[in-house]
Amino acid sequence: MNAILDLGQHAGFIWASYGATLILLGGLIAWIRADARHQLRLLDELEAQGVQRRSARAASPQGKRGKGKAER
Amino acid sequence: MVEKPGFFGRLANPSIFLKLSGAVLPWLTGLTVVLMLVGLYLVFFVAPPDYQQGETVKIMYIHVPSAWLAMMGYAIVTVASIGSLIWRHPMADVAAKSALPIGACFTLLALITGSLWGKPMWGTYWVWDARLTSVLILFFLYLGLMALWQAVEEPSRAGRAAAILAIVGSVNLPIIKFSVDWWNTLHQPASITRLDAPAIHSSILIPLLVMAAAFTALFFVLHLTAMRAEVWRRRVQALRLTQVDAARAGEGARA
Repeated sequence: MNAILDLGQHAGFIWASYGATLILLGGLIAWIRADARHQLRLLDELEAQGVQRRSARAASPQGKRGKGKAER
Repeated sequence: MVEKPGFFGRLANPSIFLKLSGAVLPWLTGLTVVLMLVGLYLVFFVAPPDYQQGETVKIMYIHVPSAWLAMMGYAIVTVASIGSLIWRHPMADVAAKSALPIGACFTLLALITGSLWGKPMWGTYWVWDARLTSVLILFFLYLGLMALWQAVEEPSRAGRAAAILAIVGSVNLPIIKFSVDWWNTLHQPASITRLDAPAIHSSILIPLLVMAAAFTALFFVLHLTAMRAEVWRRRVQALRLTQVDAARAGEGARA
């Protein structure tokens, strides 16, 4: 652990760089994941209400896709 | 006779893309975690301090991969934009749009870590030299393209406008790459991507390459996830339009 703690006189700049990376990339990962989950939930809700895309209706003559959940 | 689509043709089908990316993502995420852990171990416990820069060389292990990905991200946006204009395929738009915030984030990271590296090594956080300025322009290009996507509501129109701007902006990529050769910059010239052997000792080069691989894997995990979210967003919009159409048709029938 000594190696990781003793980063010399410019340690503050090194930790600030890694800290900024952690915050920015962590935020980006959280935001993209949250967006994907949100969109999938909306899609599942709409499909549960029986709303279908035109292409899905055209593909099945009965007008039913037979899938309870959105494609993942 | 109907020609069978090739690999990219099939991948351009949103349903097949969702299926394939869904299968690849868990493996790619696992690879990213492993590479990141190995990379950080090498950086903090194995890599020696630089003979001139001392421990501040540790900033390089995140600065250089971020800068590479900032440019790779824009290269992806450019190629997807060309694909979008030529084939008018919505998946090309999806790929270009989804790469923007990720590329912008890595560009900002390259700027921040470069600045934090510059202060102890150059004595200043920022200089208006060709390399730094052209990377700042790249960051603004990303922001401009994101703003354009937000400003135009109809996705296919937004896609065309953004694709044209992205292709025009791609002139900045060679300027960034060769700025250190064309102009007298405070930023050092290339040490790894040179025609002769890399000018870095393997004890520093290997951790750098592992971190670069980790960051690249993370980029693709994020890009694939963002693309999936965009496909779902467009389906949600399409379903809502169908809902509105159905409601209007119902009102029309009652009237």
